[in-house]
Amino acid sequence: MTLSRVCMMIFASAVATVLTACGRASVCDKPDVVCIGSGAPLTGPQAHLGKDNDNGVRLAIEELNAQGVTLGGKKVRLEVVSEDDQADPKSGTIVAQKLVDTHVKGVVGHLNSGVSIPTSKIYSDNGIPQISPSATAVKFTAQGLKTTFRVMANDSQQGKVLGEFAVKKMGGKKIAIIDDRTAYGQGLADEVEKSVKASGGQVVAREYSSDQSKDFFAILTSIKSKNPDVIFFGGMDPQAGPMVKQMHTLGLKAKFLGGDGAQTAEFLKLAGKDAEGVTASLPGLPLASMPGGSVFKKNFNAKYGEIQNYAPYAYDAAMTLVDAMKRAGSSDPSKYLPELARTQRDGVTGPINFDEKGDVKAATITLYRVKNGKWEIVDVVHSGADKK
Amino acid sequence: MDTFVQQLINGLVLGSIYALVALGYTMVYGILELINFAHGEVTMMGALVALAVIGGLLGQGVALPGLVIVLIGLGVAIAACMLLGFAIERIAYRPLRRAPRLTALITAIGMSIVLQNVAMLIWGKQYITFPDVLPLARFEAGGITINALQIAIVLLSCVLMAGLWFLVQRTGFGRAMRATAQSPELAGLMGINSNHVISITFVLGAALAAIAGVMVAAYYTQAHYYMGFLLGLKAFTAAVLGGIGNIAGAMLGGLLLGILESLGAGYIGDLTGGFLGSHYQDVFAFFVLIGVLVFRPSGLLGERVGERA
Repeated sequence: MTLSRVCMMIFASAVATVLTACGRASVCDKPDVVCIGSGAPLTGPQAHLGKDNDNGVRLAIEELNAQGVTLGGKKVRLEVVSEDDQADPKSGTIVAQKLVDTHVKGVVGHLNSGVSIPTSKIYSDNGIPQISPSATAVKFTAQGLKTTFRVMANDSQQGKVLGEFAVKKMGGKKIAIIDDRTAYGQGLADEVEKSVKASGGQVVAREYSSDQSKDFFAILTSIKSKNPDVIFFGGMDPQAGPMVKQMHTLGLKAKFLGGDGAQTAEFLKLAGKDAEGVTASLPGLPLASMPGGSVFKKNFNAKYGEIQNYAPYAYDAAMTLVDAMKRAGSSDPSKYLPELARTQRDGVTGPINFDEKGDVKAATITLYRVKNGKWEIVDVVHSGADKK
Repeated sequence: MDTFVQQLINGLVLGSIYALVALGYTMVYGILELINFAHGEVTMMGALVALAVIGGLLGQGVALPGLVIVLIGLGVAIAACMLLGFAIERIAYRPLRRAPRLTALITAIGMSIVLQNVAMLIWGKQYITFPDVLPLARFEAGGITINALQIAIVLLSCVLMAGLWFLVQRTGFGRAMRATAQSPELAGLMGINSNHVISITFVLGAALAAIAGVMVAAYYTQAHYYMGFLLGLKAFTAAVLGGIGNIAGAMLGGLLLGILESLGAGYIGDLTGGFLGSHYQDVFAFFVLIGVLVFRPSGLLGERVGERA
């Protein structure tokens, strides 16, 4: 290549870099704009859940902008910066760095525990508060970082309730446990195993898959030989749906129990007729029992359609971030972080106050079962500060 | 005991699918000494096209029995994949017929990436569910369950493999294929149009891939733009296991690999006392590949590649 060719290429790439860098940072650096980051899988098998979270944040921001937000006497405009983490820890960390570089003042994210945990380090290093609407792995808030919070009860609660429910209410004397080896699935399955054993049940099999697999025939056949009453799966609905179908194909008579990853509208579509009778849990109150539930449902459905699962939590997370900013009178993370830790407000999903680790104190777990192709509430278990 | 038989049945179904895809790899390698890495993606395209047709027909409310709708989808997928196979050969491989083997190999990998991304652009990244339209009778006997779809997959694969074997061993065209595989130049001297033979080989392989793709979509009830990658790698492993270039080898390799994978995933936990778990299922195929290449590189039935100067 000639010298002039090389020079041209360097010049062109420099121009391209400057142009791309310009566009992003400018909006969030304006003095009257406060950017809130939203990290969730917007493409891929969990995109329906990610978009749901994203829309929850957008609804909150739109409502706040309509009311008008004033911080420290100055009127500001809120903006959402959405990034796609593809439910993959590798993409998640890249996305987190991008959000930090865009100068967002707070992040609602991420959806998956497996992504929230590695990204929490990045946000913590840069002092950006992070509220996850749906990461339930215990490790997320157990790392001792000051900027991690969540508005959903964690897996030590969820696992405990699931294990007890399986043994006491589902007649499960022999229980098989499968997990997808992600931070979320593995963590939840371990908690369920502990809880099952504590409740007097027997764990007859522990099998593993991954969050990409679709062939469960081998592990289900192996489980079938152990004759379990209940099969618990720690993982998300792209695996839970086909798994239930394959259970049916193999003539497995055990009942299927899932965590919040399976308690989605998409699961009903993926599993079809075989979803009937499946039980799954979701931390938090049922939408209808949530203090702001029916109003939220109406507003959300009008703009974004059906709620998948975690949208109310994403909404609350965004609202809580801005509420802390209002109380601190500033959007500067170092100023509003202490206020965030002291939050005491009533969100759509229930009372929001954080303990010293960043977990929400109220811990209700709702259990649902599929009847006639729809999720119906079976049980609501209260614990923690929520207990009345 | 019944668990073992059930795992064998699972393995047989999986193996039949691997065998169908492995045939495409082995035929192309026998004739061109090229590993057609894009073959797994052809399988994926077959699955997605069939699902699009089936979804479209159901969306229009066409009043036909479910099986007929699936067969129409299958037919369209086969036609589409045959066209795709022909096009891939003409566009990507024929211009490189005289080029070094490495060039063609890299082109094949590039073609695979292109097809994956085309599929992603057309159908998006989400999983597409196979509609619940197939009548799924289930048979249970002594703790073993088998359903009509599994039986259909195994039977159809057997019929197709027998048909292909007959075509290659007992017909004039099959003789032409074998001659071209042995030596394209000499075959040309005998009056065989080797370009013609090569194109038809690709088309045949692609048709089998389309059928395998629809089987996978129906069996696992979902299809995805990335599903061809791992499937293609494992089918290639199966072809090498049986002896690359050897058609009977591809069939044997596929069945064997499916059974090994199924038994392995089912029993690995017990065998290693919980040290290795069933999430190592995909690893078996590649352990087998390494083992075969180290101890018996020509495969179980011996490789069948032509003499080239």
